[in-house]
Amino acid sequence: MRVLIDESKCCGAGQCVMIAPRVFDQRDDGIVILLDAAPPTELHAAVREAACVCPGAAIALDEGA
Amino acid sequence: MSAELLSPLPIKRTCPYAPPAEHRRLREEQPIAKVQLPNGRIAWAVTRHEHIRAILSDPRFSSNRRDPGFPSLSHEPPPASDLKPLLLEMDPPEHGQARRAVLGEFTVQRTQALGSRIQQIVDQHIDAMLAGPKPVDLVQAFSLPVPSLVICELLGVPYADHEFFQTRSSALVNQKTPAEEIARAVGELMMYLGRLVADKAQNPTDDLLGRQIAKQRESGGVNYEDLVSMAFLLLLAGHETTANMISLSTLVLLQQPDKLAALQRDPSKTLAAVEELLRYFTIAEHALGRVAKEDVELGGVRIAAGEGVLLLANTANRDPAVFGNADELDLERGSRNHLAFGFGPHQCLGQNLARLELQIVIDTLFRRIPGLRPAVPVDELPFKDETTVYGIREFPVTW
Ligand code: HEM
Repeated sequence: MRVLIDESKCCGAGQCVMIAPRVFDQRDDGIVILLDAAPPTELHAAVREAACVCPGAAIALDEGA
Repeated sequence: MSAELLSPLPIKRTCPYAPPAEHRRLREEQPIAKVQLPNGRIAWAVTRHEHIRAILSDPRFSSNRRDPGFPSLSHEPPPASDLKPLLLEMDPPEHGQARRAVLGEFTVQRTQALGSRIQQIVDQHIDAMLAGPKPVDLVQAFSLPVPSLVICELLGVPYADHEFFQTRSSALVNQKTPAEEIARAVGELMMYLGRLVADKAQNPTDDLLGRQIAKQRESGGVNYEDLVSMAFLLLLAGHETTANMISLSTLVLLQQPDKLAALQRDPSKTLAAVEELLRYFTIAEHALGRVAKEDVELGGVRIAAGEGVLLLANTANRDPAVFGNADELDLERGSRNHLAFGFGPHQCLGQNLARLELQIVIDTLFRRIPGLRPAVPVDELPFKDETTVYGIREFPVTW
């Protein structure tokens, strides 16, 4: 899995940080930071959930990678 | 469409824990349905999860609550206001800019830093309840003051002014407050916030308002009016909502003691429980609406420019396409894919703060008052059926 983020769509709700704190963090201004673009398998379910609930659709997943 | 198909909204609930059955019928049969509003206007009621998500993510729908097409379930005309638009009412690109200016104050990290203060506030109010007479109204003694004081903490209201701030902000959301007293409380709060912002501009403090002032200074000049209206919005958006969730969550957990006991055995489950309580009650659904700026085709209907959409998120949060056993309160469900905080670019800015407050309340209240119970029959409790945000007006408890 590869994770892609689009900062311009981020609304800073912080849901991804709550769900998958090893993969996502926030800058001081609230915008998402990607900590791990190729997260290990055990985190995939959490990352999928984060992508699904992201209110700005700012997280894209490439499941083939 | 023929006239007899138009359901008049709002419809009174028959069960305090569930949206009206008619909303479920709409979700099943007419997921985007024309309905008649109390002011006589026609709007679309949207009851499916996928459609509400789509609308809340679609820039062709506006949040401008002062647009005559913006749907309202209250009989009263929207307050004619010459205030500048609040964040909640803005559309892109202004909305994104305004939101990004304050976003840093609501990061997960900043929010969590408020945890120990929230715990103190909760403990102090429980101490006072335990020391006072019983039965006591949980709403006045606990549900309302706690989130109001948390907002004091967030904004940086000095301790000496907490009492003033708390009583005025509770008067605003108390249904029993006469109109002229509400007007007075609004005036006093706005004046107070104006003075507070001016004070902080003189003596910078390390809190939301202080940091906003410093930031605005760096980039040109301080806009006092904007800061006052932001502070007021945070109070409007974060006080009664959280208070109602505290009262409703307390009630439902007292009504289902096996679920409460399971939580008390394992507090690591509280956060998931909070998520489920948010879904189950979806208290702010009547605050969720939009107005179409252009014609939009969705779910087989054509929503015309200027028409309003009411997003019935409580019913959508029980959509079987998304949630199994959706009418059940399942505290271990742990799904965040609900619309209790909205969706899209306006999704609640205070959501992680609200989650933290509810988590601390649930972990503390039942532990410290083990015999807590309603002091009146539950079917006599006055639920807020006719208000924008659902809740309980008065909740006498004893122990
Ligand atoms: C359980 C409690 C809460 C609920 C159910 C709730 C619900 C909501 C909902 C549904 C929206 C979206 C409105 C829309 O899209 O039109 C919203 C927006 C907002 N909420 Fe909350 N809220 C809660 C607590 C809070 C708290 C504690 C704060 C802050 C102290 C807060 C501040 C805001 C703000 C500023 C917005 C506007 C965001 C924007 O327009 O970009 N809320 N809330």
